[in-house]
Amino acid sequence: MMENGFSSPRNDSFPAGLRVLVVDDDPTWLKILEKMLKKCSYEVTTCGLARDALNLLRERKGGYDIVISDVYMPDMDGFKLLEHVGLEMDLPVIMMSVDGETSRVMKGVQHGACDYLLKPIRMKELRNIWQHVFRKKIHEVRDIEILEGIESFQMTRNGSDQYEDGHFLCGEDLTSIKKRKDMESKHDEKDIGDNTSTKKARVVWSVELHQKFVKAVNQIGFDTTSLSCFYRAMTSNVCLAEVGPKKILDLMNVPRLTRENVASHLQKYRLYLSRLQKGNDFNNPVGMIKQSDSPLSDSVGSFGSHNSINLQPTDVSNGCYGFSGSSLVLHNVDPRSHDGDRKILVTTPVAEPKRGLTVDAPNPRKPRISQMEFGRPLAPPRSEVNFSTFDSSLPTKYPWCGIPEIRLKQEHNPLHFNDGFSHLPMPGQKQLTRADYPQPAPAIISPPSLTERETGCPVKIKPSRNDYGSNASHVSSTASAVDPIPLQTKTNSTNHQVSSTSSMENQGLNMNCLTDVESSRKNINLGMPPLATLDEGLQVCFVPGDYYMNLGLQNIEVPEYFDPSLLTDVPIHLNDGLRFDYEFYDPTEYSLIDQSLFI
Amino acid sequence: MDRKQLQHQLAYMRKSLFDQGYLDDQFNQLEDLQDEANPNFVEEVVTLFYSDSARFIQNIEQAMIKKPNIDFGKLDDYMHQFKGSSSSFGAKKVKKECSQFRECCSAGNIEGCIKTFQQLKQEHATLRRKLETYFQLVKQAGIAGRT
Repeated sequence: MMENGFSSPRNDSFPAGLRVLVVDDDPTWLKILEKMLKKCSYEVTTCGLARDALNLLRERKGGYDIVISDVYMPDMDGFKLLEHVGLEMDLPVIMMSVDGETSRVMKGVQHGACDYLLKPIRMKELRNIWQHVFRKKIHEVRDIEILEGIESFQMTRNGSDQYEDGHFLCGEDLTSIKKRKDMESKHDEKDIGDNTSTKKARVVWSVELHQKFVKAVNQIGFDTTSLSCFYRAMTSNVCLAEVGPKKILDLMNVPRLTRENVASHLQKYRLYLSRLQKGNDFNNPVGMIKQSDSPLSDSVGSFGSHNSINLQPTDVSNGCYGFSGSSLVLHNVDPRSHDGDRKILVTTPVAEPKRGLTVDAPNPRKPRISQMEFGRPLAPPRSEVNFSTFDSSLPTKYPWCGIPEIRLKQEHNPLHFNDGFSHLPMPGQKQLTRADYPQPAPAIISPPSLTERETGCPVKIKPSRNDYGSNASHVSSTASAVDPIPLQTKTNSTNHQVSSTSSMENQGLNMNCLTDVESSRKNINLGMPPLATLDEGLQVCFVPGDYYMNLGLQNIEVPEYFDPSLLTDVPIHLNDGLRFDYEFYDPTEYSLIDQSLFI
Repeated sequence: MDRKQLQHQLAYMRKSLFDQGYLDDQFNQLEDLQDEANPNFVEEVVTLFYSDSARFIQNIEQAMIKKPNIDFGKLDDYMHQFKGSSSSFGAKKVKKECSQFRECCSAGNIEGCIKTFQQLKQEHATLRRKLETYFQLVKQAGIAGRT
């Protein structure tokens, strides 16, 4: 369903391409709303059940920009869904009902709905829903700036002790990180049940309060660890992904502070940290390599298993780059199977334009696997490990957030995006299907081949993410043309060639298979495109992890922001083990496939 | 009948449906949505509604014969859904009957409920017939939508 009607790369600016999830048990309304939203040039996914909607949202973190839901639904109360979405994903939710009684509307607002529409709904009411997405983004940016203000203040006071702490933490327990992750997921589930509050009071985060917050976060971070935290930790001094708002709230022990307050603050904090990171890692090209299991549409689980960050000993040296102060140092982390890491992520070509650009390659060799994105259209191998974004359970910011900031960044520092993509030859391709690996992803990467590359070239094969909205079919066709094997084995840019058979997209693919840093550089280029086109709000995906997914960039054309030359050597080696926790992202990659399921 | 005549007939029928209160503006909204991708969008929606609403009617009937304890709350819920559904394409009279039914429910008026429900079913069926004719005419006239 998502792909329908969006066969061409969207060049329009936001709000076109807004990803809307509609939930309504009434099939007649679902049909109508879908049609109306499509007419508004939005990308629509429909759901007849609240449970399905929640699953969809959880599986594809950052895959949607806004949710529209009916109040009355048989399996779950619309208000409850609203709460979950607000807390877990922090997405704007619009309620609708045929019942317009004041009390109901009031209830909707209390539960956090950003709007309440009365049925019958007219198209003009739907046209403007993008404002809620935009507004939220702006607020987040603002909050982040406030956070930054607080943080910098604190830093001057404490001499950035906090960040240093992160280092230590990172250095240590991989196993703990793993545990953290497990705990987190459990925690999150629990959180869902916990939240009953309907209010989201606006709390002023004073310096003291924020300090308490950070302290709690760090404390929790130290307590639990998990591998996935690693990734996330890359972006912050603690594995924020693992940290749950509830735990933080408990530790902070501040009266009248609600979990929602903490949750939203946490999100901003993560965003902030990731931005910090980006700034630090700016110069370190990081090869983002997306590694995934061969079968593309693997179940999430499979990805998870491969998630290990395979840091090669060499990587260790690269170790914690870039994170200033925070950042987990990934030392040979690889609790999980190494082989798994090598897998190339072959994601099904997703026509969705979004996703994207999370280009954060803060560390040159960061074993960050943050980049799951490959699947996304043009998702450049993100060096940036925004693991935080991976965090599925924590509310993720959507792509828009921080867009304004990032945009600036882009303009000023194209490098950001490119980390790791140094000198990617940017073919003027618009579509960077990165790894044009068609669905038959398995063909592409086989672990053995990966091992060849011990060099740690993370192979990023992003299955055709057709950039922005290109058709999946397009991707697949190209994918077939590509011979995956060569990609992998080629450590260097030779890979480019492989895909040359297909359109640029393939190129992108090859690019992705960077085996060497240098080659990776070129290859990474793909990542660029997405950046380039950063449309105004869309782009911003520099945000850790999740963000890129949301990039929603409609058309990310590479050229603009991305200047390959800017890329310095990007040791793409994210190496080997850098596999992100695709579990969260992968589903999105396969959006094409998955979407249809959801519809 | 030639095309022009058909079109006239169609326009007339359409107007009367509106004038007689069978349809409201939402119907227009749906017609506006029709395009090359979905030339028969309105018809599809109406068809979908009617197949779905059969379920509603059945549920309501079953709930209503559950004596002695009629679950008004449940009835109200069903009717709420039904109302929402019928509002989707502008079924004005049907919607009105739904509201009426709900009022009877909240008043605990069983008799009223039964009576209203009968009326509702009638309106529901009448509209269906009329729309079927309308859509046939639409096809005949070779236009999908408003004249």
